[in-house]
Amino acid sequence: MYAQLVETGQSEGTEQELEFQAKIDRGVRIEANDWMPEGYRKTLIRQIGQHAHSEIVGQLPEGNWITRAPSLQRKAILLAKVQDEAGHGLYLYCAAETLGISRDEMTAQLLSGKAKYSSIFNYPTLTWADMGAVGWLVDGAAIMNQVPLQRCSYGPYSRAMIRICKEESFHQRQGFDIMRQLCQGTDDQKAMAQDALNRWWWPSLMMFGPSDKDSVHSEQSMKWGIKQNTNDELRQKFVDQTVPQAEWLGLTVPDPELKWNEEKGGYDFGEPDWSEFFEVIKGNGPCNRDRLEARNKAWDDGEWFRDGLTAHAEKQQQHNIAAE
Amino acid sequence: MSKEWPLWEIFIRGQHGLSHRHVGSLHAPDAEMALKNARDVYTRRNEGVSIWVVESNKITAFDPDAAEHNFAAPKSKVYRHPTFFDIPEDVGAM
Repeated sequence: MYAQLVETGQSEGTEQELEFQAKIDRGVRIEANDWMPEGYRKTLIRQIGQHAHSEIVGQLPEGNWITRAPSLQRKAILLAKVQDEAGHGLYLYCAAETLGISRDEMTAQLLSGKAKYSSIFNYPTLTWADMGAVGWLVDGAAIMNQVPLQRCSYGPYSRAMIRICKEESFHQRQGFDIMRQLCQGTDDQKAMAQDALNRWWWPSLMMFGPSDKDSVHSEQSMKWGIKQNTNDELRQKFVDQTVPQAEWLGLTVPDPELKWNEEKGGYDFGEPDWSEFFEVIKGNGPCNRDRLEARNKAWDDGEWFRDGLTAHAEKQQQHNIAAE
Repeated sequence: MSKEWPLWEIFIRGQHGLSHRHVGSLHAPDAEMALKNARDVYTRRNEGVSIWVVESNKITAFDPDAAEHNFAAPKSKVYRHPTFFDIPEDVGAM
């Protein structure tokens, strides 16, 4: 999940709020100019903002391998994927802006470390096989989460998600394709794929956020139609979909407790290390500092260019006025 | 002689949840009249739940004669489509 631990406000039960809730219960989408409770607005700003930041920071672990992709074709594909992430970030920032926060405010929150992004992007991409594992597992988990978000009660967010989901399928398939090629290669290549799965499996399961019993904000978000499924439901779905794919590849999922449960028609699986998750969220993951430094550097290094474009636009405007 | 009214482009949200789509244009002296006229001209059969009007001369567009050049780049990037990757059927939906 690209938005984790999103804090929600509380409904106060006024008549206006009851009407609003009735609208959501009827499945009517809320639009930017409609009345909405402050808590709903703030929750969405946090969630969409976090989601947008995740897309942007998510370019870094994969960007790491663009210059070292093993072939020109793989390089072009990876480049296209990272471009997509930038595009997804843009759609989402614009959706958040309809709620009354500015793009610059959101950027400032990311750069100062005040706003969060998904825990998953604070892990390093050590080998080429990680490009496979990230596409297959991380994008796979993201899709699992984003498909129901297409039905989110907030119109601009839901429409952004429809566009993103359409584009996202290529991401997961290119990741699986990398894994497949490695698994059908030499013993060393297959070992590389297994190593990547070992390192990305648990962080991928953590993407869905803490267990339902510890997820304090889920209930209100679900009532408001911002969230459609609980963290545990989505995690279960992800495991059930992914384990057979790992078996197909001939890889072993690094969970000794993983076992098919005939009765529930799904897998039983072990508990991720939640202390690790909370440490990463707090800023103590393996790459948190690097990621924020990279974003800050990009922002600072780009300043002269942004200013240049603004100056050019102003100059053009002067010309146009003079010509009229 | 009276001044000719400017042209407005009309965008309508057909049902809740959908984005506004361009449906046509009309002349009106100002934005408010454009909205009212658009309602009367374009939603007589309940076609919309929301209308946007934009003055036509505020719209910037590419030169249509340069379309081939402007939109050429993605044509060679076939890998942006999921079908580019061959996923064996027994792997399941992806």
